[in-house]
Amino acid sequence: MTTAKDLLRHEMMPHILCPGCGHGIVMNAMLRVLARRHQNLDKVALVAGIGCSSRIVGYVDANTLHTTHGRALTFATGLKLARPELEVIVVTGDGDGLGIGGNHLIHAARRNVDLTCILFNNETYGMTGGQLAPTTVKQAFTTTSPGGNTEPNFDAAVLAKAAGASFVARGQAYRPDVLEEVMERALDHRGFSFVEVMTDCTEYFGRKNALGLGSDLLFTQSRSDQEVSRDLADWPSLRTPQGWQVRETQPLGVLHEDRRPTFEESRGLPGYSEREV
Amino acid sequence: MSKRELISGNEACALGALASGLRFFGGYPISPSSEISEILSSRLPRAGGVFVQMEDEMASLGSVIGASLGGLRAMTATSGPGFTLMQEHLGYASLAEIPCLVVDVMRVGPSTGVPTAPSQGDVMQARWGSHGDRGTVALSPASVEEVYNLTVHAFNIADRLRTPVVLMFDEVIGHMREGVELSPPAPEDLWGRPRPAGAPGPDFRAYAPNEQGVAQLPAFGDGYRFHVTGLFHDERGYPTTNPDLVRQALERLERKLDPIPAWLPPEKYHMTDADFVYVAYGAVSRVAREAVDRLREKGVAAGLYRPRVLWPVDEAALRKDLAKARTVVVAEMNRGQWVQVVSQALPPAIRVVSYGKTGGEPVTTDEMYGLAADLNLRSVKSS
Repeated sequence: MTTAKDLLRHEMMPHILCPGCGHGIVMNAMLRVLARRHQNLDKVALVAGIGCSSRIVGYVDANTLHTTHGRALTFATGLKLARPELEVIVVTGDGDGLGIGGNHLIHAARRNVDLTCILFNNETYGMTGGQLAPTTVKQAFTTTSPGGNTEPNFDAAVLAKAAGASFVARGQAYRPDVLEEVMERALDHRGFSFVEVMTDCTEYFGRKNALGLGSDLLFTQSRSDQEVSRDLADWPSLRTPQGWQVRETQPLGVLHEDRRPTFEESRGLPGYSEREV
Repeated sequence: MSKRELISGNEACALGALASGLRFFGGYPISPSSEISEILSSRLPRAGGVFVQMEDEMASLGSVIGASLGGLRAMTATSGPGFTLMQEHLGYASLAEIPCLVVDVMRVGPSTGVPTAPSQGDVMQARWGSHGDRGTVALSPASVEEVYNLTVHAFNIADRLRTPVVLMFDEVIGHMREGVELSPPAPEDLWGRPRPAGAPGPDFRAYAPNEQGVAQLPAFGDGYRFHVTGLFHDERGYPTTNPDLVRQALERLERKLDPIPAWLPPEKYHMTDADFVYVAYGAVSRVAREAVDRLREKGVAAGLYRPRVLWPVDEAALRKDLAKARTVVVAEMNRGQWVQVVSQALPPAIRVVSYGKTGGEPVTTDEMYGLAADLNLRSVKSS
């Protein structure tokens, strides 16, 4: 049986992620899902943009494409239409996918190309040093909002649904078990699937907002099993020690699903039906 | 087989691409290139390919690079403002070594400029438009038939050398109609990509160059499972910051383009005994040729040197070809771009004059002829 470990490029280790970062948990969840679906990743392509989350595609022994900032979805669109039989997964972050790449996200959702987009949302630009992101909530401190953020933030899942994504879900790094279910459903779905995963940037966002060290920030995502069993419950809100809210409550789980013709089906592209479901 | 037809440069470009085996086009509308998209939107799907109109020019070239990694011949077409937006992905395709074709039908810039009057103002952008040092390939056709033929060559170069190729022509060439008899390339005239010799496995090195400095390129999904990145990388494609590897890669990426000028030599018109030479490309070369004819009638030893490859430049060959000239006029629809190449290549004994015409009006034969007369007069006075 294939395991998550079998799907890693061990020669690429050690990875670049910081201690306490949630990204590795999300990557592991993704690998476990892929290990259940495939013996090897010959027919899987991982396409990523620029940022901490985007770096993880290089660690996976698949057809991996690390592209430009914000534009992974455009490369993935071309690749998928050239090779409709591939399972194409886009890995992006909140700055990458919603800031510089926001336009590509809404158009990929609208086209309903059969891609699965996993957006790691840590509410900041981690790789460049913790700057203000389009997902940073009001009042939160970042290295470019020293007086607290004054701009409203995007709700990525609502945005993706409004743009036409035919599958929209939100998961969290704290519950990889639930995340795996969500990812599996996203990959099964035919059409543009969007999964927003709430993770945390402990080194920058956590530090700037005095939210603890190491995995302290991750534990703030905690919810009771009772809550989780009830409709997956919500992503919990979070306040700084000074009482300022730095995270808004958001619903988790599968938020939207409909079946409408994919781009490939509308064009009658040969080979598309070969993708394993 | 072939028949005579009246078509524009843009149509010839679309037909040349189809004849080359184009299978993916991702584009964004912009004048004066849009006919290429329009034609391919109907003809490409019938040829078994995919046409997608993307949301902008970054997306267009991104989709093209993705499709190319899927193993397809892929292209986009644009004009100045879009070409500027594509610089990011041209740089990416250079470093990641992904074959693709970008057609730039040039209009007056900067910015929105004069839509959509002709210009040749993108020549230096094609060379230095993206950040970082890199070798670039830009081809420049001067007739409808040549647009067709150079489109085929552009795909061949892109595939054999794993590089983005820019095919650039001014709006005059794009919209001009000529009666042509197109000869589609024979299958053996279509070059493929360097394919991996060995079977997939852990020893596969996606970026290990052959003796020409080009690495093998399987398609995604063929079982090789390799990594592609816009970071500098080692032979496995894995990111590196090793200064020696970075320098070696930069050197190799330029060196692998060296054969191109010899594959597509310049056109030399009455150059054998010419001491007064026009250097011109695209639409300007057409009026320069007429000016040469008129000057020859007057007994002036005039000639035309017309590069078909603007980048890369073989400086030694250029110097040799123009060695007999006393005066060289580099005429362009810009404020003097390719003239910098010529000035740098030639010894100080040869007088190099830049004639740059801007404003969106094409250069006329009378202008070219008159300019020669002026210059000759002055050179007579000064000697």
